[in-house]
Amino acid sequence: MSAAIIELDDLSVRFGRRPILNHLRGTFNGRSIGLLGPNGAGKTTLVHTLLGFHAPCAGTARILGYDVGKEQRAIRGLVGYMPENDAFIAGMSAVRLVRLMAEISGLPPREALERAHEALFYVGLGEARYRRVETYSLGMKQMVKLAQAIVHGPRLLFLDEPTNGLDPPHRRRMLDLIREIKNGGGVHIMLSSHLLRDVEEVCDEVLILREGEIATYCDLEAERQANRKFIEVETLGDNAVFAEEIGRLGCEYALLDPHKLKLVLPAGVEIRHLYRIAADRAVQIRRLDYRRDSLQDIFLRAMEVGRGGL
Amino acid sequence: MAVYERTYRRYEGPLTPERRRFLAFPRYAFDEVFRSKLFLAFCVVCLLYPLVLACILYLPHNLGFLKLFNADAETMSQIFGFDAKFFFEWLMRPQMAMAFVVTFVVGPALVTADLRNNGLALYFSRPLSRTEYVLGKVSILVLLLSALTWVPGLIVFGFQVYLEGTAWLRTNWRAGLGLFLGAWLWILLLCLVSIALSAYVKWKPVARLSMILVFIVTAGLAAVMNLQFRTEWASVINLSDMVHVIVASLFGVPPSSLVPPWAAWMSVLATCGACVLLMARKLRPYEVVR
Repeated sequence: MSAAIIELDDLSVRFGRRPILNHLRGTFNGRSIGLLGPNGAGKTTLVHTLLGFHAPCAGTARILGYDVGKEQRAIRGLVGYMPENDAFIAGMSAVRLVRLMAEISGLPPREALERAHEALFYVGLGEARYRRVETYSLGMKQMVKLAQAIVHGPRLLFLDEPTNGLDPPHRRRMLDLIREIKNGGGVHIMLSSHLLRDVEEVCDEVLILREGEIATYCDLEAERQANRKFIEVETLGDNAVFAEEIGRLGCEYALLDPHKLKLVLPAGVEIRHLYRIAADRAVQIRRLDYRRDSLQDIFLRAMEVGRGGL
Repeated sequence: MAVYERTYRRYEGPLTPERRRFLAFPRYAFDEVFRSKLFLAFCVVCLLYPLVLACILYLPHNLGFLKLFNADAETMSQIFGFDAKFFFEWLMRPQMAMAFVVTFVVGPALVTADLRNNGLALYFSRPLSRTEYVLGKVSILVLLLSALTWVPGLIVFGFQVYLEGTAWLRTNWRAGLGLFLGAWLWILLLCLVSIALSAYVKWKPVARLSMILVFIVTAGLAAVMNLQFRTEWASVINLSDMVHVIVASLFGVPPSSLVPPWAAWMSVLATCGACVLLMARKLRPYEVVR
């Protein structure tokens, strides 16, 4: 029987009297799960709770079948964690730091050293691996954090804002690495970010948190396939009359603002029909685009729509 | 796999036993601390001292030396007076001072480096508990200080027993007990105080200053208070004095302070308890703002 990667069972976390996560439920099996939400939604707290840094005040969660409250040691042996903030040990070179982390994860010293070199080469720090980490640039520090998270070969990788503060080339490199790890190494990834583009590029599934609750959970790929292609039309003239007319053609439509509307063409209706109606009603079509729901649309909808669950 | 291949792969080799992984800490720490030649020289001096003492213990048993003074071994031993008090004054007390200096150099650096840059999150996201982390850090000082205090101390004591025979051991067995237990007590106190202070202040120079404050300034303060209030009880805030009282009671020699051993024990245990509480509060992967 294969256990779910992450299972939330009525998980609640409080800091003092302040509720941070409220009754989260769900089972997540995706190869890479994006954890999205505005600042303060509880993304980092959820990751920390899954790592056993915070104790749940109610409910529990399981990672790869292990309970986060009772079997933390087993979980920590299977996961890798890349923290959001600066995290290193002052005075240590990158290779010593990564080797120490590998040894604490249980690798014998010789293998730990070999893996540390490999991991640092892999993230592109091969030439700088003997330098002290505090002398690194922000981008290099991010890469060291990734190296220490993967050095022991975890089954699940928690990445907390991995592209924070990175310039475009470094960001591209980081996302490529994450994708490569996901595709090649048999590793599951949970990527926490507030950058929608990062999540969209790397993740197959998205969990959106809002005020400590699950706002949406969706399979991005399925969503992309299920999303009907729609047309966004920008007009000049009497938009309401134009919308009424295309409604009569059998189109589903929604007025976005007085000059913009979104519509789905039914079978048998073509673009030229829209232009004919526009010409008849003296409405100018200034712009016409085919679109699909982007992650941004899904995110914004999750932020607007009432609270959900799975 | 050669590094040039640069592809990610999972590790599927053997793992070390979980309960021994914290021993990686002393290995890494010793690499760091012995890079300083000055520190290495100081450690050599610390180890030379018991050797010199062993030579002094041997002198009354050296025929050439006895001939020089035209005396026999028994007379010389009586003159030198190699008893529990000698071991307390000439071995235990200097070793305690040396242990303090070593802790002053090594102790504050143990935790501050991890805390200042959120390094604890990296440790605690691995199969390592907070207790094991503290054990790992304490073991650095315990191994280092043991090698400089009770291990050579007991070797010198054993050497004296070898020279003097079991009759001397029957009279002075408490010296051996005091050397062993007294050193352990001092080591544990130094470890806990230095790690707790480093965890609290998170900055090496300030942690060192705090150690001076805890062990030296309080001694002066206690002396002033004792004078001012015409009492001896202010000495309970002087930790090194309290350990001396306890160690003196273990050696069976008169203590330097009039504070009774039970009060000294209370003072030391209370300090250790406060240090443990402080560590439990501060050594977390993340501080939670409630």
